[in-house]
Amino acid sequence: MHGSWKGRDVISILDFSLDDLEELYNRADKYLEKIRAGTPLRTLEGLVISLAFFEPSTRTRMSFETAAKRLGASVIGFTAAAGTSLEKGESYADTIRMLDGYSDLIVLRHKYEGAARFAAEIAEHPVVNGGDGKQHHPTQAFIDLYTIRKLKQRLEGLNIGVLGDLRYGRAANSFILGTALYRTNTLYLISPSQLRMRDETRIILEDLGVRFYETESLEDVVSDLDVLYVTRIQKERFPDPSEYEKVKGSYRVTRRLLETRAKPDLIVMHPLPRVGEISYDVDDTRYQAYFKQAYYGVPVRMAVLSLVFGRER
Amino acid sequence: MNGLVEKHLLVSRIEMGTVIDHIPAGRALAVLRLLGITGREGYRVALVMNVESRRLGKKDIVKIEGVYVDEEHAKRIALVAPEATLNRIENYVVVSKKKLEPPEELEGTLTCTNPTCITRKPREPVTPRFYRVRGKRLRYQCVYCGTIIGEDEIIKQLAGEHV
Ligand SMILES: [Zn+2]
Repeated sequence: MHGSWKGRDVISILDFSLDDLEELYNRADKYLEKIRAGTPLRTLEGLVISLAFFEPSTRTRMSFETAAKRLGASVIGFTAAAGTSLEKGESYADTIRMLDGYSDLIVLRHKYEGAARFAAEIAEHPVVNGGDGKQHHPTQAFIDLYTIRKLKQRLEGLNIGVLGDLRYGRAANSFILGTALYRTNTLYLISPSQLRMRDETRIILEDLGVRFYETESLEDVVSDLDVLYVTRIQKERFPDPSEYEKVKGSYRVTRRLLETRAKPDLIVMHPLPRVGEISYDVDDTRYQAYFKQAYYGVPVRMAVLSLVFGRER
Repeated sequence: MNGLVEKHLLVSRIEMGTVIDHIPAGRALAVLRLLGITGREGYRVALVMNVESRRLGKKDIVKIEGVYVDEEHAKRIALVAPEATLNRIENYVVVSKKKLEPPEELEGTLTCTNPTCITRKPREPVTPRFYRVRGKRLRYQCVYCGTIIGEDEIIKQLAGEHV
């Protein structure tokens, strides 16, 4: 199955087979070594990559930019500042056509769901989804799966908790779908009732036949977990702010909770940035995996870019 | 045979063409819209509305003279008329009768209900597309944003009825 990545769009994690993912992890392993060894690479020399962030982003954009540059590619692009509108002038479709003309691959983020798929229909060059609205964030899911594989040496048969906003959070959504591709995992979906996963995600889990439980209580399930993936719960999602104040404490991961309840080899992940979901006293415990996860962002995105370009060296 | 007799009383038989039967009462116009028939094409079209039906209580019937509507084109009718049959008439006789299955894919028929779907972005050249969701219930999923649209919403959009 090698070579199936070449020329492909990366829109949703569901577009990839377990073989595709295995190929990706192996490639990321290779780049992780190269980064550590400080080996300069010219894999993507002569290629231009567009980073089109219609929605503000620091982390994802910088991680893609670093990945591109470490592989020797040049980068063009823009990041919309919060509140500004790129949409006033030309249509989104026209902007995509322009970028497609200038560059060999487009990475994009947009607040509209489906923006990446639409761009892929327009562009001749591959499109990589860096997050579309509340829907998909496939490269984050690749990084998350890679992190689990690195730290747990397997992606099968794990009890995986996903905590936070499972309804509107694209990282959580993509993570749920990604871990569900490994059907022997059991998912514990932990959220306030109004932030449970959407129907379309539920249907996919049912189709895949993966076991999942939905609960509002972290405490009830934390002792079962091998992996705990934490995401942010945004205040704005609650029509009544007092509802938010009521629940926010119960979704906070603390050192005390982990040391009294969790399995000793539980890993705690977070796509970052965090704003209080994980207390700082977890940082120097053995549970903490989120800084490693962030570090793996570059090698995994290097792997994505090199595979899509079909270049290896 | 009751239904047939009544039909004959209301509208004359057609020599050749298409009869769409077993349409829920009040949805004949929605069926014509789905077929893209505006009346300006010059076909002779007859609508029979609110006739008695053993199966549906009341039903509508659409007759189009001189045209054979092909099954693929007619499938979308099942969105508003799940019991509908497509009858081909030759020499005043029904030569084939087919129950219509809703299509697996829709393009431009429905509007996505998600306000932040790319297909809802003003002035973008993108046509809403949907895939049918497997299962007994009639549900379609937006190709772009994944939103699932159920039967009530489909009827609301295509037949203007609020269920
Ligand atoms: Zn949509």
